[in-house]
Amino acid sequence: MSSEHYALKVNGARHEVRDSWIGESLLYVLRERLGFYGTKGACEQGECGSCTVLMDGEAVCSCLVLAATAQGAEIVTVEGLAPEGELNDVQRAFVDKGAVQCGFCTPGLIVAITHLLDNDPQPSESKIKESISGNICRCTGYGRIFDAVQQAIEVRGVNR
Amino acid sequence: MSTTITATRNILGTSVLRPDGTAKVRGEFHFSSDEFATNMLWGATLRSPHPHARILSIDISAALKINGVSCVLVADDVPGKLTYGLISSDQPVFARDVVRYMGEPVAAVAADHPETCKRALEAIRVEYEVLDPLVDPERCLDQSVPPIHPDGNVFRHQRIVRGDQSIQGEVQVEGTYDIGMQDQAFLGLEAALAIPGHDGRSVELHIATQWLHEDRKQIADCLGLPEDDVQLVLGGVGGAFGAREDISLQVHSCLLALRTGRPVKMQYSREESFFGHVHRHPAKIWMRHHATKDGRIQRIEARMLLDGGAYTSTSPAVLINAITHTQGPYVCENATVDGFAVRTNNPPCGAMRGFGVVQACFAHESQMDKLAVACQLDPVEIRIRNAMSKGDLLITGQPMDSVAPVTRCIQETAAIPMPEAVTSDDPLLLPGGSGRTATSSNIRRGVGWGVSMKNLMYSEGFDDYSTARCTLQDGVAHLKFATSEVGQGFVTLAIQIATSILGVDQVELEQIDTRIGSAGSTSASRQTWMSGGALDGACRMVREMLFEKVGKEHHVDPIRLAIVDTDVVDTMGTLRVPVREASAGVSLSHTFEHHHRPTTDLDENGQGNCHVAFAFVAHRAVVDVDPELGLVKVVQIATAQDVGRVLNPLSAIGQIEGGIAQGLGLAVMEEIVIDNGRVRNPSFTDYLLPTALDAPVVEARFIEEPEPMAPLGAKGIGEPPCISVTPAIVAAIRDAIGKDIDRVPVRPQDICL
Amino acid sequence: MTVVNAQSIDEALHALAELPEPRLVAGGTDMMVEVNFGRHKPGDVVSLRQVRELRSWHRNDDGSIFIGSGLPYKVMEEGELAMMFPALAQAARTVGSPQIRAAGTLGGNLGTCSPAGDGLPVLAALDAEVHLRSLSGERRVPFSQFMTGVKKNVARSDELITGVTIPMTVGFQGYAKVGVRNAMVIAIASACFVHDESSNSVRLALGAVAPTIVRCTEAETYLDGVLAKATPITSHELDRFKELAASAARPITDHRSTADYRRHAVTILAKRFAERAFNVV
Repeated sequence: MSSEHYALKVNGARHEVRDSWIGESLLYVLRERLGFYGTKGACEQGECGSCTVLMDGEAVCSCLVLAATAQGAEIVTVEGLAPEGELNDVQRAFVDKGAVQCGFCTPGLIVAITHLLDNDPQPSESKIKESISGNICRCTGYGRIFDAVQQAIEVRGVNR
Repeated sequence: MSTTITATRNILGTSVLRPDGTAKVRGEFHFSSDEFATNMLWGATLRSPHPHARILSIDISAALKINGVSCVLVADDVPGKLTYGLISSDQPVFARDVVRYMGEPVAAVAADHPETCKRALEAIRVEYEVLDPLVDPERCLDQSVPPIHPDGNVFRHQRIVRGDQSIQGEVQVEGTYDIGMQDQAFLGLEAALAIPGHDGRSVELHIATQWLHEDRKQIADCLGLPEDDVQLVLGGVGGAFGAREDISLQVHSCLLALRTGRPVKMQYSREESFFGHVHRHPAKIWMRHHATKDGRIQRIEARMLLDGGAYTSTSPAVLINAITHTQGPYVCENATVDGFAVRTNNPPCGAMRGFGVVQACFAHESQMDKLAVACQLDPVEIRIRNAMSKGDLLITGQPMDSVAPVTRCIQETAAIPMPEAVTSDDPLLLPGGSGRTATSSNIRRGVGWGVSMKNLMYSEGFDDYSTARCTLQDGVAHLKFATSEVGQGFVTLAIQIATSILGVDQVELEQIDTRIGSAGSTSASRQTWMSGGALDGACRMVREMLFEKVGKEHHVDPIRLAIVDTDVVDTMGTLRVPVREASAGVSLSHTFEHHHRPTTDLDENGQGNCHVAFAFVAHRAVVDVDPELGLVKVVQIATAQDVGRVLNPLSAIGQIEGGIAQGLGLAVMEEIVIDNGRVRNPSFTDYLLPTALDAPVVEARFIEEPEPMAPLGAKGIGEPPCISVTPAIVAAIRDAIGKDIDRVPVRPQDICL
Repeated sequence: MTVVNAQSIDEALHALAELPEPRLVAGGTDMMVEVNFGRHKPGDVVSLRQVRELRSWHRNDDGSIFIGSGLPYKVMEEGELAMMFPALAQAARTVGSPQIRAAGTLGGNLGTCSPAGDGLPVLAALDAEVHLRSLSGERRVPFSQFMTGVKKNVARSDELITGVTIPMTVGFQGYAKVGVRNAMVIAIASACFVHDESSNSVRLALGAVAPTIVRCTEAETYLDGVLAKATPITSHELDRFKELAASAARPITDHRSTADYRRHAVTILAKRFAERAFNVV
């Protein structure tokens, strides 16, 4: 296997990736090389959303990004959404509203919903559902997740 | 994990938040796939590409030569027992002479990188002689068909014969129903980290599982080690739903770690996961109901055939659940049921949420609708007219001695307002969704019902006890148990129990592992009852010890003491000592085992008190159907569920909504498609799970009639939500299109062609 | 073995010409599935993610629109492009998940050439041309000649798909896709219908029902004839149209659906498009 050296910018900091295999996905590199285990993998083909990260401001599936092509991009993972020891409004709402069960889909959903609300603080119900239709949750049936999004919307409305 | 409660201490019945919620939303919670050890290797499994083949030779030499490969193991490298299994030990750790399903493990490798593992697997040369697969369950009953396993092609045959077999109802309805193979599809894939001991003959396995102690027993047998040399620690579990009851990568990862002397991490891909765990049994069920003209069930005849796939897993128990739930939540005095679970070269099937009752329920509820039509009754009336009550006898002769509010479930569901018709042409609200296939003028609405009964805990004489320990020290309750937290929220309940009983502000949950007695499996809707009962017992015993101590110190009869808020209080005097102070500097500890009442085997006529207890639920589905394209949008599910008592409303509604989504999946989209033993859709591209745009509005009511047999008055609530929702949705589709449908999942062509 | 993060088309073309086993990757949403599933071992990878020229669109002098092959689907879902090409917007909105649409591109659909690629029936119905560029120059290939089979096209190994040119049309257009889930689903059958008001003619292209995207030329000609009469379409004429549309399909039975259902679905989609676009009695 060939090896690659490159750098990635994750949550505002530069990280060196050394001796990697060229075929490694951004998901693999984030987790196994850089220790950002918050990003989860559950399908490896962009059909579950567990691995959602922000890349240059867009929510993408990190399993479908060849890591070496992400050089130069600003990458934000779930660990980068709130300062150490704090929760952002979406994270808070997930805890408060029972939107977490097993929690495996949770980081991906948190990133996707944070991205949604950052771009549209008052999304319609339809838009919320469409925006997270790429994030599969097997435990909750989504009911509490919709509830959590509503809380986050309300909190943002008050804080604006 | 620790949590601090500052509000009222009597918090059973309130929506206490998960203690692991914060870690999970931050991405800091450690799932088993997040395990890491310095110097660790990656493990991977070589699987059979054929459903049935003889292994002529295996050549691992090329794989061993690959740079970075540490070890390659095959069947001859298994030091202990060569097979494992929950009920019958008939499944090989590695296939040796023959493979019996597509995906059966043949070898395992350990290497420095997942990609090196893949290349090593590709380099292993296995020479197969491909055999015809046995894939038709009916053929398994034919004595002339050669057995595909030394134990034969039938896992279990059981009859139920009760009452008068000669009754012919004035009204008779019958049907044959097919249930497809569903996958549990938990999000957190199988993953484990096996760490060998320094002595070279012990191992610690960090694993996402439903039952640590059962895993340990099977692993130790295969490793040829005493159980004490195999310790299991629960890794964070990303959902289970039955798929983590059986052994998957447990033995392989331990073998690789012991052989290499290095930690080994194994992690299945989604594709491998479809081959690496058991699925819900596909079933063919025939039923004939005999009834009076006014719709009262007199007798049921049924035949059930469950395809268990290549190995036993829990097939015999699933079969018993299926046949003993033939009648559903309805009174029936006479029955003849013939049930078979058989071995084929299809993927092995075992536990999935609902465990045999899902299959039976689809058949009996479809029958109830046919009976309603035949008797000119509406679907609600036919069900209420036949609804079971406490004290009725089941077709096994077992008395229904659980609380049985069947009529209330139906009535309270019926009272939930119906949703409004969709008039918008927003495609996301219509069948076909973002595909924009329909406008509202293309849609027809339908309404359907499903009601179910589900047994709780294990059956047929099995003592699936649970163990828990409570230690009170300096005002902090330390709780220890081996109960698998798979997402359902037992950790939350544990804190609620300890806080309520002991008046403590702080509860520490110790690591979940095998260094305490078994908790039994997180399945069968049993942990609230069983581990909740064990913890309740342990905490109560510790409270008694605390009262003894305070009584002795203050010369008060302990019987007069009680916990009020965070104090020990003399109910007949003025003494008031904070729990923190009373427990300062001591360690009051008790380990408690909770056993449910004993059950018995079924006799040859299927008679016996085989089940512990039951729970009930009703579902009403409203669906919009595009009859021309056969596409469906489930609009609303109304439900009232018999829960005994709600211990945490937020957790409970989460179980109900989640279960409904899985039942919806089985109704309209989820199926493992198999062609002559080959799985055609082992991926999330082609095995479809409900998305946020497929989720219906759920209107749920809890029916709270505390169950006297249950330690906390609460019944298990995990399984019922996913059982009768499936037939309710199918009934609603039938109602919308006026056509009979006798299989799930319902495919577009079943509706429109 | 290496990864080239090309910054320009030129750099990408040179890499294509010089590397021993180059593989182009744009959004990555197709290639990485193959890599993750172990079906493709990447040799040299030429990434187009950072090639700005490919991630834009513009209006040509003749009024037609050029869409760069690296423009993510997300951009086509709304805004000016969506106003001009509603069918493209509708198709874009059905591609995978929002995350896929933020990364996936028309260039990827064209490069992969899956019959179920959501963008392709739109390109077929809108008579788009595919731009292929190599170091020796650029050629434009009508989409109808571009895709030659399942995952096969006429692009040479030294060529880069730079984009498509789509002529402007005025009139109804729509895309519809049949799948058994309400979002994030691969087409069982899909169709794009375009009514060109200037010539009062229709175009109907089908996806996922043949080895390539197919145009229903017989059905188109038939409906053009009906439209020429300038009377409302009768139910008999509608039936004829949808049967002719289905006759263009050559569907298979696989794990996603059956040939019969796919053929049937085409008739329904064709009928509904005609009903949405025209006055039907």
